[in-house]
Amino acid sequence: MDEAWQGAVPWTGRGRDVDLPAIAEFDSVGLRYGTGAEVLRDLDFRLANGGFYFLTGPSGAGKTSLLKLLYLAQRPTRGRIKLFGEELSEAPREALPPFRRRIGVVFQDFRLIRHLSAFDNIALPLRVAGATDEELEGPVREMLAWVGLADRASARPPTLSGGEQQRVAIARAVINRPDLLVADEPTGNVDADMAKRLLHLFTALNRLGTTVVVATHDVGLISATPGAEMIRLDNGGLADPTGMLRNPPPRRG
Amino acid sequence: MLGWLFVSPADRRLLGTSRFRGPTPWVIAIMSFSIMLIAASGLALASTAGSLTRAIEQRYALEVPNGGENLDALVASLKAAPGVTSIEAVPESEMRRTLGRWLGPAAESADLPVPALVNFDVRPGTDIAAIQRRAQTIAPGAEISAHEDKVAPLLRSMRALQWLAFGLVVLLGAAAAAAVVLAARGALDTHRFTIEVMHGIGATDLQVTHLFQRKIALDALVGSLAGAAAGAVVLFLLASGASFAGELTGGGTLSVLDLVILLLLPFALTILATWVGRIAVLAALREAL
Repeated sequence: MDEAWQGAVPWTGRGRDVDLPAIAEFDSVGLRYGTGAEVLRDLDFRLANGGFYFLTGPSGAGKTSLLKLLYLAQRPTRGRIKLFGEELSEAPREALPPFRRRIGVVFQDFRLIRHLSAFDNIALPLRVAGATDEELEGPVREMLAWVGLADRASARPPTLSGGEQQRVAIARAVINRPDLLVADEPTGNVDADMAKRLLHLFTALNRLGTTVVVATHDVGLISATPGAEMIRLDNGGLADPTGMLRNPPPRRG
Repeated sequence: MLGWLFVSPADRRLLGTSRFRGPTPWVIAIMSFSIMLIAASGLALASTAGSLTRAIEQRYALEVPNGGENLDALVASLKAAPGVTSIEAVPESEMRRTLGRWLGPAAESADLPVPALVNFDVRPGTDIAAIQRRAQTIAPGAEISAHEDKVAPLLRSMRALQWLAFGLVVLLGAAAAAAVVLAARGALDTHRFTIEVMHGIGATDLQVTHLFQRKIALDALVGSLAGAAAGAVVLFLLASGASFAGELTGGGTLSVLDLVILLLLPFALTILATWVGRIAVLAALREAL
């Protein structure tokens, strides 16, 4: 399993939007739920295309809310958000699915569909994108092998261990070769060894050009990723003392 | 256009539950059964009213209040009148038998002035007033009345019943549609997590809707056909001998067109349920981002 897990990702060589300097741009963004207080306020930052970011901050700082804005599960209540060079904060909802297909999301609670097999869970993004059974068979098998679950293809999530579910969730998040990968506390439910493997996976994806944003409390994870940048949220606001997040330097494509 | 009906087994597995479970097919089957019987009754009533109207629209009665002394001459004169196609004098014995219902034995009295009655049919456009004038030269008190006028109240009742049947069919269709809306909302609640995941990975509302639409369509089709089949069995049993079949349908029979309409009803109900279900699901999905 280890060899497969730590080997090359299956879909190397994909062309990307290398000319796009920032994959995400937040301009004076604020978010509140209903009539409550703002959980995010005055967020101004850019995520460089191909960058690797850790999103940190104490519990309740707004990390999950910020990720929701990034993977288009939530609209800002004020300000503007540009993703992939397109202004999407007020885009009609019919316009969002093509952008969502460019984003892979790893949830802390995996969010696997319980009545579908591991194979079908991983295949879901490809089916949604219109792939036929014949077209997706190869990539999904390859992805299952890559995450070391080739022999668990027909297993349903309740019969998988936490680590196995985590890998299925990651395989689902990356199978459609996302331009942006968002992970919310991906190591929250796994042991240190699994956390190390996850980090290996994320850096491998990042090397292929995927912009990675990982929300975590895990200091070890951050320190083990040289070159990654940190976004620190505190009480809904962004700490950016160096200004690097407002004007990020160009990254590799 | 109907591609959503033919999805892969994997897409079918997305909703996780087996088909034909839950109350929807049963509700639709009951609606379909009721619609079938009511529509058949309405169509039979229409058929009966049509037959009756066709039978009497050119039929008239000539009545001579003071008896039939000149009945033979009157009949001969009417036969010779232009436009008259057939003629039938009601025998005096039959008139007395009819009067006997009210008068009893007195109806047989020789002193009783028994009115004479002659029924006759004419070609369309015949001058009835001219025939009446002709009859009055032989029997001065002769009066002609149209059969249609006499049965008009009955025809009005039958037409009202037809509209009532039509209204009931529409109401039952609306009730079936409402049941589908409730079922669709229930299904959306049950599968909310799956829908959220699908939306999150870029599924469009239409893609999600197609999954539900297919299930609703199949549930509705099975329910409608089962209900209609049960309705057809009941209609067949009624038509093949039950004595009250005539009372139920007014003695009318169903034409080929009526049978085609009845045959199409379950499919119409399926289309209605599918369309309403699709609208309900799309509307509910639009409430989310």
